[in-house]
Amino acid sequence: MQAEEITGVVSRSGVQPRYGLVQVRARTARVAPAPRARSGESLYQPATGVFRRRKVVDAVMRNVALLCAIVAVAPLLAIAVYVAVQGVTSLNPGFFTHAQSEVDLFGNAQGIGNTIVGTLLIVLVSCAVGLPIGLFSGIYLAEYGRGRFANAVRFLADVMAGLPSIVAGLVGFAVVVVFFGVGFSALAAGFALGLLMFPVVTRSTEEVLRLVPHSIREGGLALGIPRWRVVVSIVVPAAANGIVTSMLLGIARVTGETAPLLFTSFDNTHWEWNPLHAVGALTVTIYNYTSNQPDPRLNQMAYAGALVLVAVVVTLNLTARLLVRRRVRT
Amino acid sequence: MAIAEGRSEERRTSGRISGGSARIGDSVFGGLTRVFAGVVVVAAAGLFVSLVVQAWPALRKIGLSVLGGATWDPNRAVFGALSFIYGTFVTSLLALLLAGVIGVMIAVFLSELAPPAVSRPVGFLVEMLAAVPSIIFGLWGVFVLIPLMTPVATWLNAHLGFIPIFGGTPSSGPSMLNAVIILAIMILPTIAAISRDVMRAVPGSQREGMLALGATQWEVVRRVVIPYARAGIIGAVILGLGRAIGETMAVTMVIGNDPHIHASLLSSGYSIAAVLASEAGEAFGTPLWIGALFELGLLLFLISVLLNALARLLVWSVNRHARTA
Repeated sequence: MQAEEITGVVSRSGVQPRYGLVQVRARTARVAPAPRARSGESLYQPATGVFRRRKVVDAVMRNVALLCAIVAVAPLLAIAVYVAVQGVTSLNPGFFTHAQSEVDLFGNAQGIGNTIVGTLLIVLVSCAVGLPIGLFSGIYLAEYGRGRFANAVRFLADVMAGLPSIVAGLVGFAVVVVFFGVGFSALAAGFALGLLMFPVVTRSTEEVLRLVPHSIREGGLALGIPRWRVVVSIVVPAAANGIVTSMLLGIARVTGETAPLLFTSFDNTHWEWNPLHAVGALTVTIYNYTSNQPDPRLNQMAYAGALVLVAVVVTLNLTARLLVRRRVRT
Repeated sequence: MAIAEGRSEERRTSGRISGGSARIGDSVFGGLTRVFAGVVVVAAAGLFVSLVVQAWPALRKIGLSVLGGATWDPNRAVFGALSFIYGTFVTSLLALLLAGVIGVMIAVFLSELAPPAVSRPVGFLVEMLAAVPSIIFGLWGVFVLIPLMTPVATWLNAHLGFIPIFGGTPSSGPSMLNAVIILAIMILPTIAAISRDVMRAVPGSQREGMLALGATQWEVVRRVVIPYARAGIIGAVILGLGRAIGETMAVTMVIGNDPHIHASLLSSGYSIAAVLASEAGEAFGTPLWIGALFELGLLLFLISVLLNALARLLVWSVNRHARTA
């Protein structure tokens, strides 16, 4: 478009220039590369009066936004670094190989290996509960998901994604501990965490499956492959990276939960491999060794446990994102 | 193979050329996925039902008075949760005020003002920080924030004590102010990340139009991006509020767990989620106590469902408009 035409359009459109906007007038018939101007600055009018005020406001707000970003990111980084530095000093092999009940001669706990086993049990149970529901309902919503039932499922999954973890813990308590009479157990904790996990997996899986191009599905159907085979053997493997990502994100979310565990898996200082019994968990132990805990040795163990927890959660998240990135690149 | 099957089997069922086994496979698999989708609905309903069933002893005996009374004494079977509701209300709203403003500014920075070399790593960092477990924030709160804020609280009380929120006797460490700060830090990444995504969805043509008219970058943000993305930003803020209300561990470690209402932010307090975490284990076996706690859990559930539904509707509407625009 010629520069003159732009001027013509602006004047004909009847836009009222505010704050003394100056229309760019064409100097040549050919469109020359536009001279560079910083935002708010007109090359054809010096910065005075209203113009200056707009420039100043712009500069101020830009710096305020930058400041906000720094103010937010810096403390969060500081927290991560602080936990890492404090925790690294207390990490030793005994940390992982001793249970809390195996105290040394002075009665001090030497390690929290039992809590790591407990957390593993709980996460495994929650995966068994949450992943199948999440995966298959995600497949349903993406492949067969039209109509009121599907919309209701989608809406409920979204709403349950925001469920407070303590409420999920209450439900686990009500259903497994009380109603089924299993008592405090890893099973109850896993059930509660599965409730937290599956909405995340459902929505992510649905979005990832929707990204698979329709041409792939249509190609499969055109070859006469039954609909279900197309989904199972063609669409899902095509979206495999994304589906694994959503599962990893679900697991990462659940590994860091503490509140639901306080009254579903309760606590246990011994090695415990039976999911029907109460187990200790890493997050609960961090809480116990931090809150109202004057013993500095236990506080140090809390840091070490926190470091392990953050390392696991960050690794899961990073892996999930790297998987998606590789797929996008190829 | 499948093509031969199709030719020999002349049936066309809803446009598909399929053999008998294919039809069985279709109905089995379709049914399987439908069953799991149904499990989602059953889970949501069952959640609500289980909460009501456990809360029933209290609902029947003392009903909604739990929400009205100000004294909470399980040993004497007095259950008044007003102090928890007050604590949750005050800490969440103040944290939202703090985090909402800063979060939206960060989103503006990330989506509009920062060059890609800066916005990509910073955006990535913000998203990773949203994934940090809340117990880590609680840990930091107990060992770093409380010692840091105690002299600040003393100073505030000494010099600004005439203002009610800084008045009274400051507690020795844990206080509502600390809870507000920690909550703000925790919901900041949520608000920033969702607001940034919503702002990115604003069509470039709108921005370019404003720039073509000679607007400054800030004017583009203020007059085009934010109004266009307003619904989504409100949705992000509401989601942040939902997260703040349900946040348990970080709050219970720094708020002091004191079931009384104090006007001052410098004194300790309690919140609904914190009392559930602290007392649910002990209450096992006492139906009325458990019932009262579950009533509070039901309240928390209903509030979070409401907030989430509202937020999703708002965020969806912006994305839908952006796609059709």
